[in-house]
Amino acid sequence: MISFSAVTKRYPGGQEALKGVSFALEAGEFAFIAGHSGAGKSTLLKLIPAIERPSSGAVLVNGQNVGALKRAALPYLRRNLGLVFQDQKLLYDRSVFDNVMLPLAFGDLSSREAGRRARAALEKVGLLPREKANPVQLSGGEQQRLAIARAVVNRPALLIADEPTANLDAASAASIMDIFASFNQVGVTVLVSTHDEALIGRFARRVLRLAKGSMVE
Amino acid sequence: MNSWLRHHRQAIAAAFGKIAAQKAAAALNALVIGIALSLPAGGYALLGSLRAATAGASLEPQLSLFMRVDAKRADAEALGARLKADARLRETRFVSREQALKELQANEGLAEVVASLNRNPLPDAFVLRPRATDAASLEALARDLRGLPGVAQVQADSAWARRLGALAGTARLAIALLAALLAFGLVAITFNTIRLQILTQRAEIEISKLIGATDAFIRRPFFYLGALQGLAGGLVALAILWGSLSALNVGVAELAASYGSSFRLAFLAPGDALAIALFSAGLGWLGAYMSVSKYLLEIEPK
Repeated sequence: MISFSAVTKRYPGGQEALKGVSFALEAGEFAFIAGHSGAGKSTLLKLIPAIERPSSGAVLVNGQNVGALKRAALPYLRRNLGLVFQDQKLLYDRSVFDNVMLPLAFGDLSSREAGRRARAALEKVGLLPREKANPVQLSGGEQQRLAIARAVVNRPALLIADEPTANLDAASAASIMDIFASFNQVGVTVLVSTHDEALIGRFARRVLRLAKGSMVE
Repeated sequence: MNSWLRHHRQAIAAAFGKIAAQKAAAALNALVIGIALSLPAGGYALLGSLRAATAGASLEPQLSLFMRVDAKRADAEALGARLKADARLRETRFVSREQALKELQANEGLAEVVASLNRNPLPDAFVLRPRATDAASLEALARDLRGLPGVAQVQADSAWARRLGALAGTARLAIALLAALLAFGLVAITFNTIRLQILTQRAEIEISKLIGATDAFIRRPFFYLGALQGLAGGLVALAILWGSLSALNVGVAELAASYGSSFRLAFLAPGDALAIALFSAGLGWLGAYMSVSKYLLEIEPK
């Protein structure tokens, strides 16, 4: 599903965020990307939806070299990925329901079908009773669950989350990870970056460890 | 096709939503555009009214040849035959003194004056259209015609019409230049409005790109917003013009009545009014297109 081959990412100014990283993630896997702050976890995850492009090496998603994709092709790549961010990236002038509807607005679904899907996604993360609320009225954990609902509403085969539990208490973090696990159980490939070793320890999953831009195990 | 229509419907709804969210700013923008557009539109309407009022005037050079008042009809017929044979003349039209008096009587305000005359003071006349229209040829022809038997006076009476034509041409050019200048203004206003909208919605645009929105999807509401703003400005311009002409016509009607005329400043023809509204919407769209092309590419997810 995902394959990194000798991927290096160098930012303007010469800072090397990733150095020759190689790994493969099979469909249906659940893996953590672990490492301290500045290890290159976020950069690695940004290469998958082509938010960043590799300086050298190849990033393949479903056999497609995403680093070589033209700008016009990126939306179609991103629609097939579920992206969750540490800062959630929600629209705070829209309701919970409208935030989840956003990715469906680009597609071909009828309004009725899109609404049905959005409510199903909200139900999955336990936010359906709060569909009319504004995201600012939600707790940090609820906001992250809303971000997950938005990420999965298009039923992606791959879910990528960058430090989704960084700002949450232990109980909320565990609840978020349980949601990821539940999606993985129905076949969704999940890749989560975190620096929380205790959280990684609670889940017996594959761990890709980064240190100073290199894969260490 | 259904989803394409749905996307456009959503974009139009989003554009109306943006206008509704900033009613005061949108109204002021429409007013500024409307005032700017009403100037050339008003000039155009004014020219249209003047053109209609002077529609009967010929802009081609012509000569009026007046015979002596005591000339006999036989003299006029002989002169007519001679004029018809003159190769320098393209057209010759005889206006008898009786016909001239009838035409004078038909003029508003002159019927009473004509009725008070004891006898017809008008001479037989010829209206002549020469082949050559340059001033030297016309002058030479007039000089020759003055020497013909029974001729009292020859006058080149197209000069005023030509001057009016030249004046109207200059006014049309000035209006076109003003319209072009203000069209740039409209594009600039829309460009800036859309730029501000893009900056306000920076986060939304970034998130939309991140989760799979195409550039076309993101651009569309801004295009509709620009076009709607232009359209609103065009409609305001038409309203200002209609109101101004209605107000002016009160005074114009009084002035015209004192000359025995029913002249009024006319509003634009429906086709012209529609063209102004659509032109304004098009300029709004152009401003939005330029703004979106410049600023949307700069926003990329990080």
